[in-house]
Amino acid sequence: MSNQALPRPRFNAPEPERGSPEQGPKAALKIEARTTPLLDGKVSEIPDVFFGWVMRFCGVAVVALLGLIVYQLVVGSELSWHAFGWKFFVQSDWNPVEDQYGALPFIYGTIVSSVLALIIAVPLSVGVAVFITEMCPVGLRGILSFTTELLAAIPSVVYGLWAIFVLVPILREYVQPFLARTLGWTTLFSGPPYGIGMLAAGVILAIMIIPIISSITREVLTVVPQHQREAVLALGATRWEMIRMGVLRNARAGIVGAIILGLGRALGETMAVTMVIGNRPEIAKSLFAPGYTMASVLANEFTEATGDLYLSALIEIGLALFFVTIVVNALARLMVWSVTRGQPARSLA
Amino acid sequence: MAFSVPLISLRRRVMDHAMTGASVLTVLLVLLPLFAIFAYLVYMGIGSINLAFLTQTPKPVGEPGGGMANAIVGSMVILAIASLLGVPLGIGAGIFLSEYGRNRYGDIVRFVSDVLNGVPSIVIGIVAYGLVVMRQKHFSALAGGVALAIMMIPTIARTTEQMLLLVPQAIREAAYGLGVSRWRTTLSITLRTATSGVITGVMLAFARVAGETAPLLFTAFGNQFWNWKMDQPTAALSLQIFTYAISPYDEWHRQAWAGALVLIILIVSAVAAVRIAVKHGTLSGA
Repeated sequence: MSNQALPRPRFNAPEPERGSPEQGPKAALKIEARTTPLLDGKVSEIPDVFFGWVMRFCGVAVVALLGLIVYQLVVGSELSWHAFGWKFFVQSDWNPVEDQYGALPFIYGTIVSSVLALIIAVPLSVGVAVFITEMCPVGLRGILSFTTELLAAIPSVVYGLWAIFVLVPILREYVQPFLARTLGWTTLFSGPPYGIGMLAAGVILAIMIIPIISSITREVLTVVPQHQREAVLALGATRWEMIRMGVLRNARAGIVGAIILGLGRALGETMAVTMVIGNRPEIAKSLFAPGYTMASVLANEFTEATGDLYLSALIEIGLALFFVTIVVNALARLMVWSVTRGQPARSLA
Repeated sequence: MAFSVPLISLRRRVMDHAMTGASVLTVLLVLLPLFAIFAYLVYMGIGSINLAFLTQTPKPVGEPGGGMANAIVGSMVILAIASLLGVPLGIGAGIFLSEYGRNRYGDIVRFVSDVLNGVPSIVIGIVAYGLVVMRQKHFSALAGGVALAIMMIPTIARTTEQMLLLVPQAIREAAYGLGVSRWRTTLSITLRTATSGVITGVMLAFARVAGETAPLLFTAFGNQFWNWKMDQPTAALSLQIFTYAISPYDEWHRQAWAGALVLIILIVSAVAAVRIAVKHGTLSGA
């Protein structure tokens, strides 16, 4: 029954006699005669070998692609590397007019906005994942996970558009004055509330990475064996204690991996951040102040880079961004794999 | 009753309820921006979409009217180039991973494609700039397509692999047993069985790159006019939304919302159309 959808391979040889027509329906025989013959009679290894090598070429192409990316970035940033060396990453002066380039403000902006996003997104996404896997009625489960994943399908530029016209005004009118009143003494929330700035970038980034963190956390939580939960419940634990001791503790490494994957996405996110962060290469302590990230300086200045050194400095920022995200992603993959490895869905069928 | 002694202390019960409440609260907090974005998008977009928007090119600042027809077509051209380059290579790499890559080499490719998946799209843009724009000496639809293709390949490779692995080994063996060659088995039996899954993976990759803006900034570059040449700067819907959103003009803001709504409708309908085609057999290979 289950094989019906499959095309059945057939010999070219004439159908062997199958006894009287009463035993086999004629319609079935007709369909069989129509199917494509997969055997053409000629036996040759050449097409097989050829096909194998074409597929291997595709596999190699993926690796070559990574090599090509590294090559392009390294060659492109050579000029800037020779001019500034390591100082490039610790100098905070970014002045295209005097051909003086230091990437520190962008590195600072990237780190601060991403960390801010994680602080907001992690509790929310873990909460959602726990709700969907442990508490949610079964009927609601599919709808909820579909809806959260819908958030991931919205293009970055649309998030940015929404942030400019909805999020930023809300932050400016309500959230920032409130934060300044209550937490102003920390100096993290001081200065004029423009709306646009580091805080807006952090919030929109958080909204964008929640689906990634929560869907991978969910995947990790589902892998925790059911008897683990039953055992903790049997000892008299409440549901929350069961979740804390039986589920979250077991899935720790995977959840951390999910968070790091979210971080990787936040570090490289360009459009939405560029549209709301304010794009000013300064290191300010207040989260209300405008900032700049590595990705947004590329987005804004790459096409306008007139000098060779200017372009090269920008490509070096790209190279740095590339390496950081590679390391972060590799780390995250290893942590998620350490939890989900050996599961039926991932092993050889 | 004899068992009225509380087995669970009040503190623990309160904690349990508090955490359940907190968890429900997080769900509401996450769904709130989702609904806010969609509601606002539809509310702002619907009023601005009209025939002119879909059939005209942008008007200069200050003149009312105009549309994004060239950007809509430009996006389609760029996406077509990206799919032509990315889909065959991605599916090939997926076949390699599942049929030839159950070894150390496969592990390398698998790891590299996961890593590639995490490379920021703006960095891919720089690479396509170096590969195509620098050589051709000008921005082009081709460069944009190359950038998006690079982004599609790892996603397609990994989903294709996973879908092919779901095809039972016994089916391959049955084909071999009948004397069908390996390449024929892979294409006509394994890949064909997994067709709908593979196509879903392709559509996922397509939807992911369809709204990309960052890699197009310095590859396709954008264009205010019609352009039918693949080696010239080409408008794209996402680029146009970006330019209009950060502009100071109300008329352009209005069109940015309309553009965003059209972009999402196009992505959703492309995915839905292929899904339906798969379901009804035109593409399912049966």
